[in-house]
Amino acid sequence: MSTQPNVHDATVRPGPTRSPGVPRLADWADGSLAAHLERWGPLEHPSDLVAAVEQAGLRGRGGAGFPTAVKMAAVAATAGRRRRRPVVVANGSEGEPLSAKDRTLLRRNPHLVLDGMVAAAVALGADEAVVCLPEGDATTRAAVEAARAERSGKDPVALVLEAVPHRYVTGEESALVHWLNGGPAAPTLTPPRPAERGVGRRPTLVDNVETLANVALIARFGPAWWRRVGTAEDPGTTLVTVTGAVERPGVREVALGMSLGDLLEHAGAGPSAGVLVGGYFGTCLSPFHASGAHLTRQSLGAHGASIGCGAVAVLPADCCPLAEVARVAAWLAGQSAGQCGACVHGLPALAGALAAMTAGDPTGRAARSVERWTPMVKGRGACKLPDGTAHLIESGLAAFADHVAEHQRLGACPFPGAAPVLPVPTMAARP
Amino acid sequence: MSSLSVWYLMRGSGFVALLLLSVSVALGVVGVKRWSSSRWSRVVTAGLHRNVALLATTFLVIHIVTASLDSWVGLKWVGTVVPFVATYRPLWVGLGALAFDLLLAVMATSLLRRHVGRGAWRAVHWATWLLWPTALIHALGSGTDITKAWGLVLVGASVALVAGAAVWRVLPQRRPSAPIPTVSTGAPRTLVASTSRSES
Amino acid sequence: MTRYQLTLDPIACDGRGLCADLLPEMVRLDDWGFPMLVATDVPAELESRAKRAASACPMLALRLKATRTPVAVGARRR
Repeated sequence: MSTQPNVHDATVRPGPTRSPGVPRLADWADGSLAAHLERWGPLEHPSDLVAAVEQAGLRGRGGAGFPTAVKMAAVAATAGRRRRRPVVVANGSEGEPLSAKDRTLLRRNPHLVLDGMVAAAVALGADEAVVCLPEGDATTRAAVEAARAERSGKDPVALVLEAVPHRYVTGEESALVHWLNGGPAAPTLTPPRPAERGVGRRPTLVDNVETLANVALIARFGPAWWRRVGTAEDPGTTLVTVTGAVERPGVREVALGMSLGDLLEHAGAGPSAGVLVGGYFGTCLSPFHASGAHLTRQSLGAHGASIGCGAVAVLPADCCPLAEVARVAAWLAGQSAGQCGACVHGLPALAGALAAMTAGDPTGRAARSVERWTPMVKGRGACKLPDGTAHLIESGLAAFADHVAEHQRLGACPFPGAAPVLPVPTMAARP
Repeated sequence: MSSLSVWYLMRGSGFVALLLLSVSVALGVVGVKRWSSSRWSRVVTAGLHRNVALLATTFLVIHIVTASLDSWVGLKWVGTVVPFVATYRPLWVGLGALAFDLLLAVMATSLLRRHVGRGAWRAVHWATWLLWPTALIHALGSGTDITKAWGLVLVGASVALVAGAAVWRVLPQRRPSAPIPTVSTGAPRTLVASTSRSES
Repeated sequence: MTRYQLTLDPIACDGRGLCADLLPEMVRLDDWGFPMLVATDVPAELESRAKRAASACPMLALRLKATRTPVAVGARRR
């Protein structure tokens, strides 16, 4: 049985009070159906939910940030063309060790997620809606089961719970679909994407649970209301998980467009060696760049970063950030589904070279290997694991360039006794 | 064609087919092991593997046709593909028919690879490791020249080739992936007073 | 006019390397023996060799996909 020995747990923090109209997703009473209906009213089914989602400008909250309406429209189009009923899958697998927002949302506000699944299913003509939870997480499962029991018979669509193996790549949509189809939780070659051919070879909408919770709000109150928070280019709120060298770690709901510096201050961040934004598929930022960035695609994009799954980790000033990157890279290499040569061989090779760099690398040989291999693994897998790992490494070497130079100069790690910070949990065995 | 030459042709072509089949199996392992040199590329291995197998099939067809024509063996056509129905040494000849059936399956799936798909092709191709021993036992049981020097040499060479290939096949791959290094040890530190873990 | 695109299935690929031997202009091997496509659009002069490379792949991982280049609107067929 796997657990997530994260530094934080599903601690929910109140968001910054400056943002009007927030909280939304984090606005829950006791999680019961009655309280939920009292707060939000009954679920509405607009005549064209996809158009509403498009006007709202909702983007996926699972990490890729893909426009949700485009995905929904693709599923609807395929369903119409092939005359098959689609399937809605809510992705709550949360294999990212730095993220706790999905299980928090499912535990505290399951009805909003289930509402979103139902709304999407009705809009797309789906007859089945599946919510995927990680195996071994009994608390989240209990909360979702209880919520489902409360609304039993009241929804037009059957709601199904599925436990999925707890590994990093399980959350990739083709891997999730592969598992639901009875295979291993390993990514498959795309095209065809799940929107085209997914569960039971039917067009399948795979969306993060937070995305679907937002769909539920858009269905009720419309895109104009939903866009009142956030910015014009990045509307809405997002759940962020802040961990690391902060006094108040945990999950918060914030408005997009918020300054990253303000978020870190709100979480009580101290002096740091750098900030990792977007989880292990994210980007390392130097403290300087982090303080000046905003939670928008443009601002983070200028640093080659994106909000991803909203996981923000602050590296303390007295850790070795290079060692942290090396350790995470090694862990990611171990998370490989073992299907593609460049990933199976390239990622461990990169991890080994990074470890050598951390140990000193006076000749620069390890650094040259890393430089050679990072572009070599990109785009060579069936999923984005090699790309994500390569990006993490590149951003780390850039953000922590001073540390890298110091390692080379000394021929050893200047912080040999530093305790590890970023979690590298033992995950489920490769299915 | 005199009956004696048919008899000789039948036996000779059988041994040659077995030897060629053994060469093809060995080349298959060379390919899987990705062996190559500056003068012998993997493409050569793959091409030879295929062409030697086709040549073995040709000699096998000669072997079967002559067996049918031969008055002593008198193999009926049905006995070439249905095992154990022949009148002459039914067990041993039957194994030959079984081997032929397996070879037909391997050939058909290989030639129609694009249409049968990767999974089916692989599953049937593994049957070559069943096909070869069946052919060998057929040769040992029904071959009347086994005790002669040339028979022993041909069979011995075939066995040596496939045995060597099989050993090489099961040896671990030369290219190990780098072991995942541990950079630092010690329990991850909690920077704040740990709040209660609500997950199981 | 039919043009071809080279595609590689990284899951099926087993690093046998025949493609790199047959089509070195478009396929190179990485440091671990697995193919990298340096280009995907197959020029006309390499078409027959690309087809041969695709059929030589033991795992059927390398494939050629036909793409039609669109005829410009109003262009006259000769």
